[in-house]
Amino acid sequence: MNFLDNSVLTLITFLPLIGSIVVLLLPKNNEGLIKRFSVLWSLIPLALSVWLAADYFMNYVATGVGGMAYEIRVSWIPSLGVNYHVGADGLSVPLIFLTALLTTLGIYYSTRVIRTRVREFFALFLFLATGMFGVFIALDLVLFYVFWEIGLVPMYFMIGIWGQEKDRPQYAAIKFFLYTLAGSVFMLLAIIGVYLSTGTFDIIDAAAKGVWANMPLYATLSFWAFFVAFAIKVPAWPFHTWLPDAHTAAPTAGSVILAGVLLKLGAYGFLRILMPMFTDSFRQFGWVVALIGVIGIVYGAFVSLAQKDLKRLIAYSSVSHMGYVLLGIGAAAWALNFDPDQGGLFDTAAMALNGATLQMFFHGLITGALFFLVGVIYERAHTRDLAKFGGLSGLTPYFYATMMFAGFASLGLPGLAGFWAEFFTFRGAFGVVPILAVVGVIGIVITAAYILYRIIQNVFLGPYDAKRWTHWTTIEGEHADGPTDMARFEKITLWPLVFFMILFGVLPSLVLVYFNQFAVETLRALF
Amino acid sequence: MSESIFNLAWLIPLPTLLAFFIIFFTRENKRLSSTVALIGVFVGWLLSWVVAISAFRTPERSLVEPFDLSIPYLPTGASFFTMGVLVDGLTAIMLFMVGIVLAMIFIYSTGYMTFPGFMEELLGKGSLPPFVQAQVEEAKAQNLDPKYSRFFAFISLFATGMLGLVVADNLLMLFIFWEIMGLCSYLLIGFWYNKTYPDPKQITPPKAGLKAFITTRVGDVLLLIGLVYLWLYTGQLNFRELFQPEVLEHLAESVMTLPVIGAVSAAVVISILIFWGSIGKSAQFPLHVWLPDAMEGPTPVSALIHAATMVSAGVYLIARMWPVFNAYEHGANGAAMFVTFIGAFTALFAATIAVAQNDIKRVLAYSTISQLGYMFAALGIGAWVAAIFHLIMHAFFKALLFLGSGSVIHGVEHGHHHAHAHNHDGDDHHKEEEYFDPQDMMNMGGLLRRMPATGWTFIIGGAALSGFPLITAGFWSKDLILAEAWYTGHTLVFWTLAAAALLTAFYTFRQIFLTFFGQPRSEAAAHAPESVKSMTAPLMVLAVFAIAAGWSGIETTWPIVGNVVGNPLGHFMGELAETYGLHYKELPFNPMPVGISVIAALGGIFLAWLVYGRKPLQAGDVDPLRRWLGPVHTVLRNKYYFDELYYFIAVRPVLWLARFAARFDRGVIDAIVNAVGSFGRWLARSLRRFVDEYIIDAAVNGTGLVAHATGSVLRLVQNGQIQQYLLIMLLAVLVLMAAVEFIF
Repeated sequence: MNFLDNSVLTLITFLPLIGSIVVLLLPKNNEGLIKRFSVLWSLIPLALSVWLAADYFMNYVATGVGGMAYEIRVSWIPSLGVNYHVGADGLSVPLIFLTALLTTLGIYYSTRVIRTRVREFFALFLFLATGMFGVFIALDLVLFYVFWEIGLVPMYFMIGIWGQEKDRPQYAAIKFFLYTLAGSVFMLLAIIGVYLSTGTFDIIDAAAKGVWANMPLYATLSFWAFFVAFAIKVPAWPFHTWLPDAHTAAPTAGSVILAGVLLKLGAYGFLRILMPMFTDSFRQFGWVVALIGVIGIVYGAFVSLAQKDLKRLIAYSSVSHMGYVLLGIGAAAWALNFDPDQGGLFDTAAMALNGATLQMFFHGLITGALFFLVGVIYERAHTRDLAKFGGLSGLTPYFYATMMFAGFASLGLPGLAGFWAEFFTFRGAFGVVPILAVVGVIGIVITAAYILYRIIQNVFLGPYDAKRWTHWTTIEGEHADGPTDMARFEKITLWPLVFFMILFGVLPSLVLVYFNQFAVETLRALF
Repeated sequence: MSESIFNLAWLIPLPTLLAFFIIFFTRENKRLSSTVALIGVFVGWLLSWVVAISAFRTPERSLVEPFDLSIPYLPTGASFFTMGVLVDGLTAIMLFMVGIVLAMIFIYSTGYMTFPGFMEELLGKGSLPPFVQAQVEEAKAQNLDPKYSRFFAFISLFATGMLGLVVADNLLMLFIFWEIMGLCSYLLIGFWYNKTYPDPKQITPPKAGLKAFITTRVGDVLLLIGLVYLWLYTGQLNFRELFQPEVLEHLAESVMTLPVIGAVSAAVVISILIFWGSIGKSAQFPLHVWLPDAMEGPTPVSALIHAATMVSAGVYLIARMWPVFNAYEHGANGAAMFVTFIGAFTALFAATIAVAQNDIKRVLAYSTISQLGYMFAALGIGAWVAAIFHLIMHAFFKALLFLGSGSVIHGVEHGHHHAHAHNHDGDDHHKEEEYFDPQDMMNMGGLLRRMPATGWTFIIGGAALSGFPLITAGFWSKDLILAEAWYTGHTLVFWTLAAAALLTAFYTFRQIFLTFFGQPRSEAAAHAPESVKSMTAPLMVLAVFAIAAGWSGIETTWPIVGNVVGNPLGHFMGELAETYGLHYKELPFNPMPVGISVIAALGGIFLAWLVYGRKPLQAGDVDPLRRWLGPVHTVLRNKYYFDELYYFIAVRPVLWLARFAARFDRGVIDAIVNAVGSFGRWLARSLRRFVDEYIIDAAVNGTGLVAHATGSVLRLVQNGQIQQYLLIMLLAVLVLMAAVEFIF
């Protein structure tokens, strides 16, 4: 398996790009072929990511070796010292798996619901996958930036072209694009700053040399420049308003990828770049990150509670849930100010970081599932207005059961995945920033309220009234008398996600071992 | 030998996971589903008793060095968090009770979950889509609830939650199962999700489930904070390790600085936070509001979850964590005082409400709240053994009472349909049917004759709840609590609990007289049939426990009866208490508290007889209490208006805040973003116009060809695309930075 060791990351990243080109070369009218090819092709990165996870576990986690693996460093732009430097560690391996999983499910789901401009859609989708995988493997800042920007373009078109007309897709797409791009500009500036300071674009080398080591002002400015770029992507409060618009307008699979993976790129940036490279600034401003996280948790939860549109509600719930990630990261960074041996602080910081990383992973699974579920009802009702539903639980038992799993996972019920992320975040945060953590737990209660009251109660419970909404269709678009239950392809899309929610809810260590490895290494290096 | 038996402990919660088997495979076949659930619960019961009895028989093992089997479960930084099972005396006692109560209620449910009355009406309306209609009709033909299988899956999952909670060896695992029970409670309260009432103000099952989940979540969140702090201060959550003297000492000496209050011992703060979890789960004041409404669920659920097991788990949690509550340094023990206060207050407070309720299940619900208050008060004053004793006894007789009430409701509902059908025969133009509440005791009366098995077992349960002297289990456990309060000099607690005991006896026998004696006050009650064997058999088993179980705890200091059984439970739990750092000894017999307890019980029963037994109410009569108490009765009937109060101080503000936040998000934050965007567009457009008008036009006027070329190039740059502006900006900044480099 020597060949795979060296090339697995490159394969995972660029196979979708090749697939994308192939799709464009396929005959436009043969939609069946395009769809079948896309699904099958996306299975290859998925299979490789499973191999990657298994291999990394056996050779690096179980043995306790840890660290960066599968590294390749090839010169790319020699004049600037830009390298094609890629690698994966305990943080990126699970996220690569998550990306591959959601990409496959998203493509599979889309084969049934995308009916216009089919070839372009699947080409863009595969292209998008390359951008996402690339961010998770890049260890060179320029490479990172390129992949970061690559992800933007297909998503822009996905929202703009395949969005629902009444949701103002053009507006949402441009808002998403410009907002993220505005953040990227800051990042690009800071990247150049890193180069000016250390003479390298390499993430690991630069961190080792120390960025702006003797110029705290520049260090701080660069820190905030990166911060803004990542905060917009996460999205952290108050940079979040592009998210509800983009989510609402995007086609189902686009929302899934957006919430499931693209938001994680921002959080990943915090951990991959800010934490090791600007440790001093991060140490100083850790509490700010935690504070923004807490505001996001509580604010996002309250705004969700007031939503009348199911998809907007879930979009805002992402704002709330990504707040946990920032709270965990901020708490871990703030802990760096203190003695790690005092009162088990090292483990506390590690747990804060574990909470953040688990939340990244689990939020991808859970919110991905929630957006698919929105798709399930939208394809039938052609509305997302919560006031139009009620009493569906008896009519669509599978849909109801799947929503219950995703909903309860989202509100952090023990036994399902979401709990562990929340729990570890708070376990860590209480040890470092207790006052913020206390405010944050308000979010837990409000989350229960908007999931159970707004979604479950409004959509599924109470008596069913056929007169409340009459424009039901079947999934194929023919008129129907009432809601029909999930079709087979929807079950195939959603049940793997439910399976993982339960599996990781019962055995969180299956994921946690990777993240914990990363947390311990990172903190050992930084404390 | 017993070692290998204890190894079975980790299997105890697993058989009932057949819940998932039901969901996935046997869903379509209702009777098969309940059979699968019964198999699961019987195996669970068997395992529980095998382990429990083996623990009882080897006290030297189960008390001194309990069995603890754990595995590393979570990597937590450089360390591991282990989880496993613990079998000590407390676990054993709980397993003993939980195992049999679960099994009895499962059996009962097979008889109870028939086709519900309200579905009949839904069917009549014909508003259901055809395939649902067909399913419901099929269920009706079988006379089983349309969601019969789902019911058994849910209660099986609940059983796993409760059994797992009991065998958990650490607080985190306990919390996980605690929450799973909360989920099942939510699902089962809202089980009849499409039930509605003609009165829109009356709470429907799904809303009651929501209320229960959110209210208990408030407590759970505080419990979670307590758990996190406990872990932070001690570095572990394993019960055995937590209760090492040096750990507790460290915890008591650690100081937490709270806003306003100042420095407090960490042990006290953590204990109070943990207790809030119990306040939520056990429905203590001020989070008691959910439990009465939880009665919207099917009655077996009320019996199982909202009387015998889940709500008692709150007491179990405090009993289990008692060493932490007891670990205080100087002066008064704030945590214990808090527990005592909440418990004693709730005991009396809920009892007063129960007096004025007419819903047969809601009376029992308030009585549960009140009795749980008793247990907390007992824990608070240090009567640890008495609290557990009462917990177990209460589980038996309250489960009995709930199941009895379910049997009554079932009977009255059948009677109603029977009478209804008869009326139809005679008169086809019968007036629009009025809503009939089968749970309203005012519609009952004289049921003892129609339902003797239900009636007599209910009376036994009621006598136990009232603390009918010498015979019933409730007397012995309640008396022990009162005696402890008296003996330890908690006078105020004693009199509060004694007053609550008087009220308890009164409302219980009010219920019995209203339901079972006198003449039927409705057609339905006159035609109510006795329930099927699968329902009455569990009643009889529980009735035996509601009497005889109490004898195992009669203190040997009692004259005459003291030495008949020899207080095995008391001695076992006494030794157990020693391992919890509590000094237990049997109290000397004191006629004062015993006398007061007897007077309270008999006095309450006598008063109830005076009001409701001597001259039974006739149909249409007004409750005499209403006449005598006037406005007080109105306040009590409306539960001191707590629902309304919470609506105004909690629900409305939260919803208002949510709407405000949403408006703020659109109106301020997003407006700023849009304004920045518009400004950018305006800037781009102005620049372009400026370039077009003043430069390009001028150039065109000047030199044709060159100008055209220039224009094209400029147009490319100035086409309003932000990317290119940004690129230019970037280059500028780069130059600037380079300049800065040079200067410094």
